[in-house]
Amino acid sequence: MLKNDGIIAPEELAPVLPPPARLEKGPVAIIECLQDIPCDPCVSACPTRAIKMKEGITDKPQLDFDACTGCGLCIPKCPGLAIFVINMKHAAGKATVSMSYELLPVPEKDQEVTALDRAGKAVGKVRVVRVINPPAYDRTAVVTIEVPADQVNNIRAIRV
Amino acid sequence: MSRSTEVFIIGGGPAGLSAAHVAARLGAQTLLVDDSARVGGQLIKQTHRFFGSSNRDAGIRGITIADKLQQDIKDVADRLTVLENTAAVGFYHNKEAGILSQNAYERVTYQSAIVCTGATENSLAFENNDLPGIYGAGGVQTLMNVHGIRPGQKILMIGSGNIGLIVSYQLIQAGVEVVGLVEGMPTIGGYLVHASKIRRLGVPIYTSHTILKALGSDGVEGAVLCRVDDKFRPVPNTEFEIKCDCICLAVGLTPLIDLFQQAHCRMVHVGELGGLVPLHDSSMRTTNPDIFVAGDASGIEEATTAILAGRIAGARAYESVHGKSAEADTIVAEAREELRTLRSGSTGERIRWGRERVLKEVGEC
Repeated sequence: MLKNDGIIAPEELAPVLPPPARLEKGPVAIIECLQDIPCDPCVSACPTRAIKMKEGITDKPQLDFDACTGCGLCIPKCPGLAIFVINMKHAAGKATVSMSYELLPVPEKDQEVTALDRAGKAVGKVRVVRVINPPAYDRTAVVTIEVPADQVNNIRAIRV
Repeated sequence: MSRSTEVFIIGGGPAGLSAAHVAARLGAQTLLVDDSARVGGQLIKQTHRFFGSSNRDAGIRGITIADKLQQDIKDVADRLTVLENTAAVGFYHNKEAGILSQNAYERVTYQSAIVCTGATENSLAFENNDLPGIYGAGGVQTLMNVHGIRPGQKILMIGSGNIGLIVSYQLIQAGVEVVGLVEGMPTIGGYLVHASKIRRLGVPIYTSHTILKALGSDGVEGAVLCRVDDKFRPVPNTEFEIKCDCICLAVGLTPLIDLFQQAHCRMVHVGELGGLVPLHDSSMRTTNPDIFVAGDASGIEEATTAILAGRIAGARAYESVHGKSAEADTIVAEAREELRTLRSGSTGERIRWGRERVLKEVGEC
């Protein structure tokens, strides 16, 4: 359970996962923010206004999966590093996961890194397919890795 | 030597800097003293992005907020004097205080004072807790993020509040291995997104556990941990050893209140606010009408709410010198509304209870 060990259990994750039909359409965000905390930068980060907080700043963010384009601009804005973008249409049997990365060294495109699950356990070697690290992101790089499709909601970190 | 000022502010953290900016901008001659070499308070070591409202600094790193506040006070430099490396050492009668800089003692006469002294770190009782290599989390942050020094190679963190979680993450960023995070409660105290962030980088989180003793003779070589039951009593035969060369205590903060007691402010003990705090009304005025409070000294919270409370105190302190001001009222109303929204919801519950208790005691609630 998340509140006991910091690991989001499958049943805790289920409500924030995009429906299968949406995954068929390409990249989409998953906001793994499951607690009412006073924080809202994701709302204004979204260019399509797909993220809403119905009951004000302490509400959990609600993502309109159909309005989300999977652009990933919300990823580096989240102080909790809790937003990921997954793309199930990347290649046959392969998906991508995009995530915030704030350690050094920042990996480079095509570099091989170790994928980690929610408990920090190594899942295997994966390839970095994109790194976005402009000054506007203020040292929070957004790293996209290519993962086996069945690992897309298991892999949540990398070790460079 | 002596100085005279209209508004006298003690402490240059987020609360004090915000109070100084507002008081000086409204038109009060203001003097701010801070005992450290550089104003900014704890913000100067907060390398993480802040939570909160995007209307006010959320998503921005604490160090950037410190820069912004330092820039703000430069804009009012004609009415604001800032003395760094200067500690307020006491209040006297007749609106007089003593300040001590490196070599000189001076008296300050003021009309209104705002005390923003912040908090001190709590310690924890366990065997060998005086070994070299045992630090408070604030000390670790200062070493690491201000001076660029790693406290050790393998560190054990005690406490799962936001400070324990965030400092663990910053230690990983600095290249230190965090061998575990220990929490006596059955659940994680801080924001769960922070916990997930360190967990997925491989930090084990031991809830319902405590530290029994530190191992080592000349320095920390490890620690003995054990499970605790629901009354926080160690469960026999659950002890295990963990290797580390450093132990970091993030077990809460206590408001720094000596000056209020000296100024005969009435104090009240509110557990939700971190211990003894000066009674104060919603204008942040204490029971000594010449003295205001803002920031962690009024109850442990965080930087964004400290900034807002500082703005309220700055506006009201200005008014107590210069009389009623519509502009001050607007600043106060806006800050109160922002505080209300930030403290709403379930994570703000304890703070709300604590604040309501304080307001009840002064008859405002």
